[in-house]
Amino acid sequence: MAAQKKLPFWADAILLPTLNLLAAFLVSGLVIWGLGEDPLEALSLMVDGAFGFQEGVGYTFYYATNFVFTGLAVSVAYHAGLFNIGGEGQAMLGGLGLTLAVFLVGDVSPVLAVLLAIVGAAAFGGAWAFIPAYLQAKRGSHVVITTIMFNFIASALLAYLLVGPLQRPGGQMPESADFPDGVSLMHLQDLFAMMGFTYESGPLNLSALIAVLCAVGVWFMLWRTRFGYELRVVGQNQNAARYAGISVTRMTVIAMMISGGLAGMMGLNELLGEQLRLLGNFTLGYGFVGIAVAFMGRNHPVGIVLAAMLFGALYQGGAELAFEMPNIQRDYIVLIQGLVILFAGAMEHLFRDPVERVFRHFSERRAA
Amino acid sequence: MTNAFAIEARGLSKSFGDVKANDQIALKVPGGTVHGIVGENGAGKSTLLKMLFGLYRADSGDILVCGQTQHFTDPSDAMAAGIGMVHQHFMLVEPFTVLENIILGAEGSANLDAAKEAARAKLLMLEDQFGFNLPLDTPVEKLSVGVRQRAEILKALYRGAEILILDEPTAVLTPQECEQLFALVRQLKDQGKTILFVTHKLHEIMAVTDDVTVIRAGKTVAECKTADTNPEELAELMVGAKVVRKTARKQHETEIARLRLTDVHADGDHGLELKDINLEVFDGEVLGIAGVAGNGQTELLEIITGLRAVREGVIHMGGEIIANDRLVTNPIALRRMGMAHVAEDRLKTGVVESMSARDNAILGYQREKEFSSGGILKLKAIAQKAAAYFETQDVRPRNPDLPIASFSGGNQQKLVIAREIARDPQLMVIGQPTRGVDIGAVTKIHDQITELRNAGKAILVVSADLDELLSISDRIAVMCEGEIVGTMNVEDATETKLGLMMAGDKREAS
Repeated sequence: MAAQKKLPFWADAILLPTLNLLAAFLVSGLVIWGLGEDPLEALSLMVDGAFGFQEGVGYTFYYATNFVFTGLAVSVAYHAGLFNIGGEGQAMLGGLGLTLAVFLVGDVSPVLAVLLAIVGAAAFGGAWAFIPAYLQAKRGSHVVITTIMFNFIASALLAYLLVGPLQRPGGQMPESADFPDGVSLMHLQDLFAMMGFTYESGPLNLSALIAVLCAVGVWFMLWRTRFGYELRVVGQNQNAARYAGISVTRMTVIAMMISGGLAGMMGLNELLGEQLRLLGNFTLGYGFVGIAVAFMGRNHPVGIVLAAMLFGALYQGGAELAFEMPNIQRDYIVLIQGLVILFAGAMEHLFRDPVERVFRHFSERRAA
Repeated sequence: MTNAFAIEARGLSKSFGDVKANDQIALKVPGGTVHGIVGENGAGKSTLLKMLFGLYRADSGDILVCGQTQHFTDPSDAMAAGIGMVHQHFMLVEPFTVLENIILGAEGSANLDAAKEAARAKLLMLEDQFGFNLPLDTPVEKLSVGVRQRAEILKALYRGAEILILDEPTAVLTPQECEQLFALVRQLKDQGKTILFVTHKLHEIMAVTDDVTVIRAGKTVAECKTADTNPEELAELMVGAKVVRKTARKQHETEIARLRLTDVHADGDHGLELKDINLEVFDGEVLGIAGVAGNGQTELLEIITGLRAVREGVIHMGGEIIANDRLVTNPIALRRMGMAHVAEDRLKTGVVESMSARDNAILGYQREKEFSSGGILKLKAIAQKAAAYFETQDVRPRNPDLPIASFSGGNQQKLVIAREIARDPQLMVIGQPTRGVDIGAVTKIHDQITELRNAGKAILVVSADLDELLSISDRIAVMCEGEIVGTMNVEDATETKLGLMMAGDKREAS
């Protein structure tokens, strides 16, 4: 039997996410209206806050960088048939690896320290994903359960280190000492200045470019390499993978480690780009939002970059909105972000069925 | 309306995309009769049944039950109209008892114990009436396939079915179990039930039906009294043009077996065990493996193709050991040694459904230099190869970019076979070569297997279809409960003999 006609590519990749987003905005608008504010004005404040001035744009892209890393992390695991919701913990460990690398060689050579920090972030993030991956591959312990438990362990581990061995000498906060001078990723506004023009892009730094490179790399790996082919086969059909001589165990472990490594690199942006020290709570839920980013981006690197920009804009525009409209507190911004995640992620298929029916209706009419 | 039919279809049509699965189907079934529906795989029988049972909605046409036009939106409507269906794949919850399965979804009360007792009384009456004798309190997983089928039939009767649809009911049964089923069908008819008996096996139609409707390529091509026709005529109606097997057999004599299993034991699924398997396949011959599904054929294929470990014994390919108690050879290595594997369950194992036909064209061969080098896929070479497979095997529609799931079973299988024979293998291991494959492709696949055999390849075929094995094999081995019950030359094999051996009778093996 021939399969039912599916949606054309553009409807799946653009129309549905747009509908989801509109629904989220509609509900958000009702909430804002209920708070006694004008939804349209709020929207214009948000858009203005996210894209209306140089620093706003800088922040939007700065946040988006985090989401690209965590979104890619979720998607690589997803293509291998694994649901990695441990991005948060892997990012924390990535931050730890980065920090250790910085303190190890920061005084010797800042450049070497930065390079080693990039490796350390990916390696620690990957290593943190290895244990759940190994348990899944060898023992069948479900990664959804183990990765989420590992988030808690990571959080506790970081908290312990930051009030213990890694705490800033004499400090009271759960944070490390400052990174040695010169050990950081350059802010893009400085780079622009060197190139002779001024653009105040706030904390946006070189890790944004690293994130884009990672997106290209993930795309190339998944659709242009034999490894990516085998990874996708494992993700789609494990029996067929065994039939084709691919080790499901090995692929599960490697895919999860790549995923963890990508999540771990989120620290590059937050720590090596901006904070210049390790903070106990620097991940701020970016690892979880990465799930929504990946699903909204249809698990394709291009989609993920676009979705990450959307979420970046929500974060930055939301912050501006909370500032401009006193009735709308910070918590309501989180609510709006939550609605976007709800409609774009959890209820992703809300409009799929009706849209498919409309398409079928029209294609039948054309055929008749 | 006088003289209404128990169930009638008028001009039923249903299309999937460009494929007309059913085109103006007409069906008239008088009450209290057994009505056969025959047609080859892919002729549109399943689509028709699904419309009659409310699983699909017709694009056009009417369904009438006892003269009343019906508009089924889902199976519960069909059941309310008195139609019951026994699916080819049983809809039973295995750990539940027969009784629990029968009342599932029709408990009638929140108190399960009370519901069960009420149901038991009613079931005992039904059993009495129709001559069932089912162990109501035994979990379904402990029952044989034939008994499970009876449970399904009883379930339909319990729900008040006056019209029973049996979809390929004999596909999973031994010939002996088939006889019991036929007896039950006759008894149901005597009690006034109407039965739609769907099959592609003609002798079953002759044995059990009163009337027969023949479907070919989505259309009703004939409707007649069974007594007025014969298998030859039905076959011609079913297939259309006469099918000719043109490839002649050649006799090959060689000394070394291409594949040899010596005293092999292995653990199977569901507590099954492969015991003491000894088999040889020589170059230039087809060894068929017969058996009722689930008697170890799947496991046999898996140990040969590197997908399952052997506990004892040795498997040789050519002169080399490919498996023993410490060794499982990776399927990629086996392919490089010249083994090709057409997997038994195409969708579960042989292809990746959501991937394009092009991506599927290299599955298992993705590491060959032809398709990747330095870890990078050679997209152009892959596309060319896929296009070549489409061309040589006449795979339609000719678009390798479509997901493999949107091709018909026959076209999928043609692509898989193209992929597997592309590297000129010495040994072909084929599971269910024509399962879910349309008749045109069946002939082509059979011819291809015979050609490969004539070219001196060793071929092992597992099939649930005895007719198929009898027509393509040189020798047939029969499996039952994980053992090889016997092996015989095809000249000495008959369906009855094989049937008895499939049921575990070793006396027939000589």
